[in-house]
Amino acid sequence: MSDTQTAPPAVSAVDAPHRELPWRSALRWESGLVIVLIATLIFAGTQSSDFFTQSTMFYIGLNMGEIAIMALPLTLIVMTGEIDLSVASMLGLAGTIMGYLFEHHWNIYLAMAAALVVGAVGGALNGALITRLGLPSIAVTIGTLTLFRGLAEVILGNSTVGGYPLSLTKIGVVPIQGTQISYSVAIFLGLAVICAIVLHATPLGRSIFAIGLQSEAAHFAGIRVGRIKFWLYVLSGVLCALAGILFTLKNASARFDAGTGLELNVVAIVLLGGVSIFGGRGSIVGVVLSVVIVGCLQQALTQMHVDAQVQNIVLGGLLLVSVIVPNGGEAIRRIRARTRRRVPA
Amino acid sequence: MTVITAPLVRRMFRAEGLLRARELGIVVAIVVVFVATTINNHAFADAHSVQQLLTGASLIALLAVGETLVIVTRNVDLSVGSVVGLSAYVVGDVFVKHPHTPAFVGFVIGTLIGAVVGVINGLITTIARVPSLVVTLASLYIVRGIDARIVNGKRIDPVNVPRPFTEVGYKTVLGIPWLAVIVALVVLIVGYAMRTFRSARDLYAIGSNPEAAALAGVPAGRRIVSAFTISGALAGFGGALFLAEFATVDATGGTGYELSVIAAVVVGGVAIFGGSGTVFGAALGALLLNTINQALVASRISSFWNQAVAGALLLAAIAFDRWVGLRVARRMQTAEGAHRDV
Repeated sequence: MSDTQTAPPAVSAVDAPHRELPWRSALRWESGLVIVLIATLIFAGTQSSDFFTQSTMFYIGLNMGEIAIMALPLTLIVMTGEIDLSVASMLGLAGTIMGYLFEHHWNIYLAMAAALVVGAVGGALNGALITRLGLPSIAVTIGTLTLFRGLAEVILGNSTVGGYPLSLTKIGVVPIQGTQISYSVAIFLGLAVICAIVLHATPLGRSIFAIGLQSEAAHFAGIRVGRIKFWLYVLSGVLCALAGILFTLKNASARFDAGTGLELNVVAIVLLGGVSIFGGRGSIVGVVLSVVIVGCLQQALTQMHVDAQVQNIVLGGLLLVSVIVPNGGEAIRRIRARTRRRVPA
Repeated sequence: MTVITAPLVRRMFRAEGLLRARELGIVVAIVVVFVATTINNHAFADAHSVQQLLTGASLIALLAVGETLVIVTRNVDLSVGSVVGLSAYVVGDVFVKHPHTPAFVGFVIGTLIGAVVGVINGLITTIARVPSLVVTLASLYIVRGIDARIVNGKRIDPVNVPRPFTEVGYKTVLGIPWLAVIVALVVLIVGYAMRTFRSARDLYAIGSNPEAAALAGVPAGRRIVSAFTISGALAGFGGALFLAEFATVDATGGTGYELSVIAAVVVGGVAIFGGSGTVFGAALGALLLNTINQALVASRISSFWNQAVAGALLLAAIAFDRWVGLRVARRMQTAEGAHRDV
């Protein structure tokens, strides 16, 4: 904020946020999230007597694991200024493929591998349409959202496939031995560490930031914009397929409509995590915090017997507050500047 | 200001001609699908079947009109599906509590509910300068949550919806369903306005180049709020139509409509990054998607194929648009080059 005063007054209100160092605003965002998290925990602890029990952590993990896994590649994609709305459909398609092949007497591990391959192919389709043909990612992924879900429906119809080995479906019932961490959360945490290192400590990560801030400039600086975006979509496809496998095993059944509508939850979590929808700003830590906040809130509200649909008010409100508050100061300054300008006239 | 020269005018006409061709293309696609299906199954061209076709497309077409106004300004409104659900239930609830409410009051209430949500969306987007994708994603959740709170596990049953109200949903005039007539009127009025009125042309200016629009004195904030308000109002009106059409609604009414609406708009040739596209195209896009769905049913192809075909079609439509866009750009460049040489 201090540099606002040294700047020429004519541009200060508009340009101030752009001149700030990206890590500084990110740091502030995450400290805000920590405060929200503490508030959430206090709220949960006072409103629900059994919130601070051991199994709560497991149930939160069970609810959030797949969404959290899908949020990681989406974070990287949004950082480049693009979006992927097909994530939940890919989750459904991957689960469907796995279930269908298992039903047709494939080895379960081969069926899983096939689901991951389908994820890669689907992601490559997104990536190719967006980077090779230059189509807008929001339109393309709404298309593949419908397409992937449709293919899942064609393959499985109304039937449900179950009967997976108990050694695998137990991930939906028991945590990792000796802990209260669900398997999906363990995978998420591992992936989050990798993503955080790649994003914040490697040239590739810097390239992702650069693409999001100024795609053109990044291109002229020798960054292979198209290639990086393409592989991020492939990564998204594979990880969403992985989430689909976990989702199927957790529920011990594959259905074509598994996870319908989850794409908006995933997007909401990424945005709440402080990732700018225009790209170039955000961090993995923020997204992890956002996952924890949403998970705790949902669990607390469920324990308070608040209807799942009504919980949407809280999620939406949180999302709204999270984007308005950082912009609020600037908006007030702008309105003041405008009224000041009007007075002499 | 640019001096309007003869070649410039000619170029503009050529570009507009291509846009027109775009709508013509959708009409051709609808006709092809319709004829091909009818050859296969003659019942597809029956009056009743065609009526169903029109009724089925009406609601999405109506929502697509409002969505077009918003998308043209480089914004997006994801809250329409939730608004449909909220408005449908509240209107139904009014009928339950006051059975003698005249039918038109139901439509007014629905429209007002939507308009309020639209104004809020628009104000937050413009005043706080938050991307509309985020704002309307949040209001999608909040409105759905409020709806669920009001519904509280109940539902509106057909017996509670007054007869004159549901008649709008199934009666026909000259063989055309009332629903389709109403939506067609809205499309014509808004479509005319979008071609004619300065304030509506401002929406295109904002969408094609926000900075230039601001420099030209376009009151962008006010126009964007208006676009969101109209989109919300039409969605609220659509909620009342939803109740008239189905005569029943619970907490899930209209869930997921937002993506179908955006799909229809994009198939209809409205650029997702603003600045171009027409209301007619968007409404035709909705009709095309519904025609294909019904055609699959009539051809006895399993309805499981619906979504897959719709998705593939959507991708084809975006790719086609891009191809046409590149051609126009190239032609304009060569035209400009030729002009300079002279």
